[in-house]
Amino acid sequence: MARKLNLRIWRGDSDSGALQDVQVDVNEGEVVLDVIHRVQATQMGDLAVRWNCKAGKCGSCSMEINGKPRLACMTQVASYPEGETITVTPLRTFPVIKDLVTDVSFNYKKAMEIPAYAHPADLAPGEARMEQIDVERSQEFRKCIECFLCQNVCHVIRDHEENKKSFAGPRFFIRIAELDMHPLDILKNRKKTAQEEHGLGMCNITKCCTEVCPEHIRITDNAIIPMKERVVDVKYDPARWLGSKIRRREGI
Amino acid sequence: MTLERHNYDVLVIGAGGAGLRAAVEAREAGLRVAIICKSLFGKAHTVMAEGGAAASMGNVNDKDNWMVHFRDTMRGGKFLNHYRMAELHAKEAPDRIWELEVWGALFDRTKEGKISQRNFGGHEYPRLAHVGDRTGLELIRTMQQRIVALQQQDGRDFGDMESHIKVFAELTITDILKENGKVSGAYGYWRETGAEVLFEAPAVIIATGGVGKTFKITSNSWEGTGDGHALALKAGANLVDMEFLQFHPTGMVWPPSVRGILVTESVRGEGGVLTNTNGERFMFNYIPEVFKKMYADNEEEADRWYTDQDNNRRPPELLPRDEVARAINSEVKAGRGTEHGGVFLDVSKRLSAEVIKKRLPSMWHQFYELAGVDITKEAMEVGPTCHYVMGGVEVEPDTAAAIGVPGLFAAGEVAGGMHGSNRLGGNSLTDLLVFGRRAGAGAAEYVKSSGKNPVSDSAIATAAAKIQAPFDREGGENSYSLHAELQEITHNLVGIIRTRTELEDAIVKIAEIRKRSANVAVSGGRKFNPGFHLAFDLDNMLLVAESTAKSAIKREESRGGHTRDDFPGMNNKWRQINHISSFDGTQVHVREQALPVLPKELFDLFDVHELEKYMTTEEIAKGGSN
Repeated sequence: MARKLNLRIWRGDSDSGALQDVQVDVNEGEVVLDVIHRVQATQMGDLAVRWNCKAGKCGSCSMEINGKPRLACMTQVASYPEGETITVTPLRTFPVIKDLVTDVSFNYKKAMEIPAYAHPADLAPGEARMEQIDVERSQEFRKCIECFLCQNVCHVIRDHEENKKSFAGPRFFIRIAELDMHPLDILKNRKKTAQEEHGLGMCNITKCCTEVCPEHIRITDNAIIPMKERVVDVKYDPARWLGSKIRRREGI
Repeated sequence: MTLERHNYDVLVIGAGGAGLRAAVEAREAGLRVAIICKSLFGKAHTVMAEGGAAASMGNVNDKDNWMVHFRDTMRGGKFLNHYRMAELHAKEAPDRIWELEVWGALFDRTKEGKISQRNFGGHEYPRLAHVGDRTGLELIRTMQQRIVALQQQDGRDFGDMESHIKVFAELTITDILKENGKVSGAYGYWRETGAEVLFEAPAVIIATGGVGKTFKITSNSWEGTGDGHALALKAGANLVDMEFLQFHPTGMVWPPSVRGILVTESVRGEGGVLTNTNGERFMFNYIPEVFKKMYADNEEEADRWYTDQDNNRRPPELLPRDEVARAINSEVKAGRGTEHGGVFLDVSKRLSAEVIKKRLPSMWHQFYELAGVDITKEAMEVGPTCHYVMGGVEVEPDTAAAIGVPGLFAAGEVAGGMHGSNRLGGNSLTDLLVFGRRAGAGAAEYVKSSGKNPVSDSAIATAAAKIQAPFDREGGENSYSLHAELQEITHNLVGIIRTRTELEDAIVKIAEIRKRSANVAVSGGRKFNPGFHLAFDLDNMLLVAESTAKSAIKREESRGGHTRDDFPGMNNKWRQINHISSFDGTQVHVREQALPVLPKELFDLFDVHELEKYMTTEEIAKGGSN
C-alpha cells in the first residue's frame, strides 16, 4: 500500500534555514501531519512541529503547505497529485523558532488587550436567561480553535511587521464581535474601540481570513463587516450626527 | 549560564480545565500563581470533550438534584468511587457551571432561556450542559478568558498584567522538588530552547490529565503521557486504582491518520453493523444472559428494530460499551480481525448517502476530511481505544491535597477516586471545575499557613543532571522505538481484557524496557527537539504502565474499566478495596487499602436491594458508617 512521497521541509531557526528534501512512505488516507511524524520518527528525530489533538479541534498544527496556510492534520496527502512534491514551511507572519514551529506569542499579547466580558453586576449566577437565537451569533465566533491561520494570512500584517503594533487581526475582531453581540455583556463602545484601538479600520475586507478558517467561521461577513457598518453608522450617519448635536444642544 | 528562576506562591502544572480553574481560585485568594502548559495556552485535551458537563441544575427536568446525580455517579463507578468526592462533585457542579456563565460562557439554551441539558448514558435525567458538540472548547476558552480578565484587573491594580498570574507555555516539568519533606517547587525545561527553569513555590497543583499515550490505540493527544501521575509517584505520593481505564469500543484503528479517534455510539444507533473479516455480524454471539430479553438474537429482528422499536428487540451492536469492546477484542484475538487489529463498522449498506450525511454530519466530515474515508461508501475499521484513566493521585477530597506530600495537590483526570471503576460521560468536565477550584483553595489555604520553603542547591543539581543525561550518551536507545514497544505491550497484554499470565508477562517486559530506557540517547540539540521531549515522557509512561499492570494483576474480578478473563464478574469483597501504588525509586509497589465506608446519610439515599448487588451482607447490615 505504501508509496513514496517527496516531502520538502523547511528546516532551520531564526538565524538561517533551508528547504530539505526527504523521501517518506505514505499510506492510504494519511494526512500531511502523519508523514511529518514518520519523518520525525525515522529520519529526523529533532524535527520540530507543533500538534495536539490530530482531529482538527485544537488548532496547533498550523503551517503552510505548498504556500497555503493549513492545518496539517486536516490536509490529505491524496489531495495533491501523485508524484508531486509537497512543500511544508512555517507560518510566514510569525518569527520562526525552529523548523515548522513559529513564535505565535503576538496572538496571546493581543488577546490580553481585548477588554474582557463584563457581566451585569445585579445578575446572580444561574439567573441568566437568553434565547438560543441570540446566543447563536456569538457562538459562531466561539467555535474558533485559535489556529491563527487567519492572522497568518492577513496581508495587513503578513508582510508588514510595522502594522502589528496597532492591528489585532481577524481572530480578535471576531472576539470583539462575539462580546459585542453577547446578549449580556454590558461594556459599551466595543465597536468604537475595535476601530480606534485594535485596527479594525486597517482591514479592507479581502476575505482571506474567511477562506482559510478551518472552522468555516464567516469572519468577514458576520463579524468584521457588521462592526465596520455600525461604526460607520455611529460616526457618519447624518441623521445621527444631527441627533447628537440636537441632544447636545438640549443639554446646554 | 545562569539558571532561570521564578518564585511563586502556587505552581499549577497543566493548563486544561482543572489547572486553569485551580489557578483562578488561588489568584482570587490573593496569591501569585504560575501556570505551566506543555503546549500553547488553550490547546489542552479538554478541548476534545464533546458531550457536555453534567450538573443537576434541573433545567430540563426539575426532578433532578444532587442526590440523583450522586446515585448515578456511584452506580456508574460500581460503588468503588470515593463517596466524598462523588458527593462534593454532585453538590457543587451546578454552581461551577453557572459561574462559567458569569465569566462569559454561552451554553445552548432551553425554550425558557435557561442552560439546556441533554441526556447521556448513565444519567437518570437530562443533565449535560452543552454547546453543540464542542463543550470542552467552550470550557477551556471561558477559563482562558477569565484568566485574561484577572490579568487585566492586575494590570489596573498593580501596573503589571502578569504580576499575579503568569502562563508559561511550552514548558515541561521533570521533577517536583521537596525540602524537609514538603514541596518546595519544581524543575523543568522550556520546550522551545531546552533551557532549564526552576520554580520555587511552597504549593504545587498537578493537573496534567491522562495517560492514553501509554497505549497504542488512544483518543488522547501526545500530551497524555501520565506526567502528573509519575511526578506525584516520584515525589512520594500514591496513586489509587490504576487498573481502571476506560476503553471506548469503537475507536478508528485504520488509517493511521485517525487511529484512536472516537466513532460515536450514534453510528451504531443509526444502524451501523459490526462484522469480522469473514463477513459475520458477530455481535449476536456475544449477548450476555442478563441482556437476552432486551437484545435481538437474529438479523431480521435486529433490522426491524430501526423502524419499529416497540415490537422488536434492540440490535446487539447497542449493548453497553464494555460488552461491545469485549466482543471486538475476542474476535480480533480469535484471528477474525483486520490486519490492523480491528473489525468493520459499516453504516453504508443500511443507509443512503444522503441520510448518513444528514444524521451523522460530524462523523461523515471527520472521516472524510481527516482520513479520506467516505463512510457513505465504505466500512470503518474500528477497535477499542484508550480514552480515560479513572485511577490517579490519591487525594484528600475536600482540599485535593495529595496524601503523604505536604504542599502537593492534584485535580482533574490525574486525581483518582472520583469516578470509581468507571466514569460517566459528562462527569469529567464538572470534575475539572469542582476539584480544580477545591485544589486552588486548598493550596491557597496551605500556603498561607506554611510559608516559603526554599529549594536547596543540591536538589537543583540533581534535577539538572537528569535533563542533561540523554545528551551525554552515545549510541544509546531511541525513545521513539522504546515508546512503540511499550505501546505494543500495553495494547496486547494490559488492554481491555486481561488475564494473569499476560499481566505477568507485561510486568516483566515493562521492567525490561524501563531498564533500556535508562540508556536513551538523544540526537540533535536542545532546541525544540521532540526526541529529547519524548525521552522524559517515556519515563512517565513506563511508571504508569507498571502501576497499571501491577494493580490489574492483583484485582481478581471484573469491574468497570478492568476486565479479567480469568475472573469474570464483580466480587463484592473486592469492592471494599483500593489499590495503592507507591514508588521506592526503583519500582512500583501496590498494596491493598480499605475503601472509605459510605456514611449513613449517603447509604440511605439508595434502595437497599440495589446495594445488595454491590455490598456484602455484613456491609448492608451495618447500614453505612456513622
